[in-house]
Amino acid sequence: MKNKLISLEEAVARIPDGASLLIGGFMAVGGPNRLVDELIRQGKRDLTIIANDTARPNNGLGKLVVEKLVRRVVTSHIGLNPETQKQMIAGAIEVELVPQGTLAERIRAGGVGLGGVLTPTGVGTTVEEGKRTVEIDGATYLLEMPIKADFALVAAKQADLYGNLTYALTARNFNPLMAMAGTTVIAEAEDILPVGCIPPDAVMTPSVLVDYIVAATPR
Amino acid sequence: MDEKTLIAKRVALELMDGDLVNLGIGLPTLVARYVPAGRHVFFQSENGIVGMSGPITGAENHDLTDAGGSPISALPGAASFDSAFSFGLIRGGHLDVTVLGGLQVDREGRLANWMVPGKMVPGMGGAMDLVTGARRVIVAMQHSAKGEAKIVERCALPLTSVRRVDLVVTDLAVIEPTDAGLVLKETAPGVTVEQVIANTGCELIIAPDLRSMPIEG
Repeated sequence: MKNKLISLEEAVARIPDGASLLIGGFMAVGGPNRLVDELIRQGKRDLTIIANDTARPNNGLGKLVVEKLVRRVVTSHIGLNPETQKQMIAGAIEVELVPQGTLAERIRAGGVGLGGVLTPTGVGTTVEEGKRTVEIDGATYLLEMPIKADFALVAAKQADLYGNLTYALTARNFNPLMAMAGTTVIAEAEDILPVGCIPPDAVMTPSVLVDYIVAATPR
Repeated sequence: MDEKTLIAKRVALELMDGDLVNLGIGLPTLVARYVPAGRHVFFQSENGIVGMSGPITGAENHDLTDAGGSPISALPGAASFDSAFSFGLIRGGHLDVTVLGGLQVDREGRLANWMVPGKMVPGMGGAMDLVTGARRVIVAMQHSAKGEAKIVERCALPLTSVRRVDLVVTDLAVIEPTDAGLVLKETAPGVTVEQVIANTGCELIIAPDLRSMPIEG
């Protein structure tokens, strides 16, 4: 079996310019913030980012926007990153705003092989524009399409050397959903443990989904 | 008592023992301080926890924050989960109450609270799911902003949901949207019906049992 634990440089070198990236985290809490810093160091550009929010300008993936490495972002909230709003108004970055629950389900759908999601959220609002609606038992739902990406960059509390992952508290957020929807999954873990140290019931993302592991702190 | 405290105290009276409640960032967050004694309420933060409480100085955990990224604590009995599950609670009818801020509420009880075109485009975050899915939606906001009524005939701002909200609590009044229109149920201490009407941008129905907000001081 191949060794999944690789260096930060090596992991990010696999990501080409123009790639689409699912990036875990919620206001950079539970975000793969070391991978993000390395994307900046290696100057990856024209990225498509799918993430809950664009954090703050000096924090987590917010820095990717400030460095002008992002071409398109699919997200629920940009309110705490004025740089995203500024670039959006200037036409330098394309922003698709998605209700947070819908974003979670679209990513889940992408990861579990569903053709879309029917949700009542957004019916009758600007979110409905350009979308199909479906009537079921008298209620109206929007058809929202699945999301997948070339890479998922996730942050874990623990990883074993097979790539089984656990997450802590509210740092879990989008990470397990994204780990199913990326063609290549890179996990940044705080603790890296021998195989067998994480009991089966505690595993939140099974190792079979994870391609590479990097350490969240320099080793 | 300042206006925000008044609003928070009045909203808190709506929370019942055993309720699962989600409070928006800002003014709604204050509601947690005034839950009436003897009522145990579970607070959700949509980034993935039920059973949150305020931060404990010196015990902050970088993996434990609210939806704004600020430190919180987890009470004994708390549970954490991923974002799909969290919004499953919200959209699936498991959330008893959501308290949200508002930019405008119209005569049909519809809320606009997520953007001002050309000025402020923060994104809707979880607001659309919360207003669509919560069993009860309470709007907590100032009655007017810079002299302009926020309760209007028709929202000029983009709607958060077409769903009618259940209650609007402001610094002047408590208003209940109904099939017949907006019903003025309560006035704030020292506020007259005429003052409420003068600061409202559409017709109000005066409840036959109109009362003063049951808030002391």
